[in-house]
Amino acid sequence: MSAWGKVAVAGVYEHPTRFAPDKTAYQLHVESARGALADAGLAIGDVDAFFTSGVGPIGILSLAQHLNLRPCHVDSQAIGGSSFVSHCLHAAAAIAGGLCEVALVTYGSTAASERFAIGTGGGGLGDPPDHFEVPFGPTIVGSYALVAQRHMHEYGTTSEQLAEIAVTMRRHATMNPDAKYRDPITVEHVLASRVISSPLHLLDCCIISDGGGALVLTSLERARDLAKPPVVILGGAEAVQHHGIGRRDLLEIAAGQSGPLALARAGVTHADVDCCMIYDSYTITVLATLEALGFCAPGEGGAFCAGGRIGLGGALPINTDGGGLSSNHPGMRGMFLVIEATKQLRGERGAMQVPDAEIALVHGTGGMLGQRHSGVTMILGRP
Amino acid sequence: MTESKTERPYRKPLPRVDEESRGYWEALQRHELYFQRCRDCGTNRFPPRAVCPVCLSSSTGWVRASGTGTVHSFTVTYQNQAPGFRDELPYVLAVVELAEGPRLMTNIVDCAPDAVRIGMAVEVVFDDVTPEVTLAKFRPAA
Repeated sequence: MSAWGKVAVAGVYEHPTRFAPDKTAYQLHVESARGALADAGLAIGDVDAFFTSGVGPIGILSLAQHLNLRPCHVDSQAIGGSSFVSHCLHAAAAIAGGLCEVALVTYGSTAASERFAIGTGGGGLGDPPDHFEVPFGPTIVGSYALVAQRHMHEYGTTSEQLAEIAVTMRRHATMNPDAKYRDPITVEHVLASRVISSPLHLLDCCIISDGGGALVLTSLERARDLAKPPVVILGGAEAVQHHGIGRRDLLEIAAGQSGPLALARAGVTHADVDCCMIYDSYTITVLATLEALGFCAPGEGGAFCAGGRIGLGGALPINTDGGGLSSNHPGMRGMFLVIEATKQLRGERGAMQVPDAEIALVHGTGGMLGQRHSGVTMILGRP
Repeated sequence: MTESKTERPYRKPLPRVDEESRGYWEALQRHELYFQRCRDCGTNRFPPRAVCPVCLSSSTGWVRASGTGTVHSFTVTYQNQAPGFRDELPYVLAVVELAEGPRLMTNIVDCAPDAVRIGMAVEVVFDDVTPEVTLAKFRPAA
């Protein structure tokens, strides 16, 4: 029994706020849920499965109260920013397997108004492996920087090549009225911005914003009768990458496992993919993920992203909303990857529209690329 | 292998010493660097843990590392708001590959941050950060 091709994203909503100092994260969750249900043409009473993340170990219980939900299926997957992509795969399996019929996935965060230092805080001594790392001061930026430095060493990747990714994301953001940063930037701007953790500059790093979003998923059969054209989950896969017993290659990332499996399960090839939404926590994340997914060979990511090839009008448009580098990043961006891919496949994006987009690849990364991280790849398509 | 002095009070996070990791941390206090080797299947492992994840044996041996290695990757950290680290910017976070194979996260010390390179030969330096805890850091090899 397979879930692929049977479950659809029926409703999406991205909260337009980027700074909401007087709102709680819960309010953003609920306003986003209302938006996604309206988009689908469903009522909150239709929801029988609830998915969220970033709310603490049993926070889903409190959030269910805030929404007055009485679900028969709950999932507060916690694998970092990719969790919301994972929720879609889990919801597909649950719906196809008869556990539930209408899944609501929500996200909300006030990271910016709480002045939360996401990337440059110290990190906590939580789990046993942390005790061999945190005493030396790995920030989140620093963890990704270790991968960038190694990539430069092995393949000659340059800061200019990484900068071009940030420039392309900003070009997309100039067309997105909701994006937090909309002034065009150049490679020179990126290279002139201060170094946070070498070789990554400020403008190689995602922004910090407030925000929220929500998704509604149901069977393709039911989605056909709802308000918007359904977008089908064609396939997907998850992966976890870590140091194992102590000899990990920093350039081997989770996308190398989840990407090929997701494409095979969907029955599509790289050439079939019209656009990608790739978690752009840092410029290196995009480059390393594209290589690991197999869109180009290891070491060719810099050239692959050059000359506007990953921009609108290019060979493979990526993060058409401006991504986490320019549009929004409340800490866990997986939610927005699914929303943007869905809007592209519905043909709703106006100036940001990829012409005739039929297949989109979504890849979320959670955790830290240079330490432990998750990767979740999902292939979406028109029915 | 000399000590590097750390100013008091020490404000960075300190590791927890427990049943799985005690042998590692106690060796560092003696200024010796060890990693584990499974007595049943012979697999080296780092960081330490009680059960070999390859064969699930609890029979654990310890191997003393020579203390030499190379920089596998590094980053010069210019921004970290956490107590202790924010007073020592910039500092070098690195992954060092020991001559015996295991890779570990560490700091490169006694070296200008801009002089650190991947592939650079390094040797361990034992930093007694508190009376109870010693950290294995690395400096350019003599």
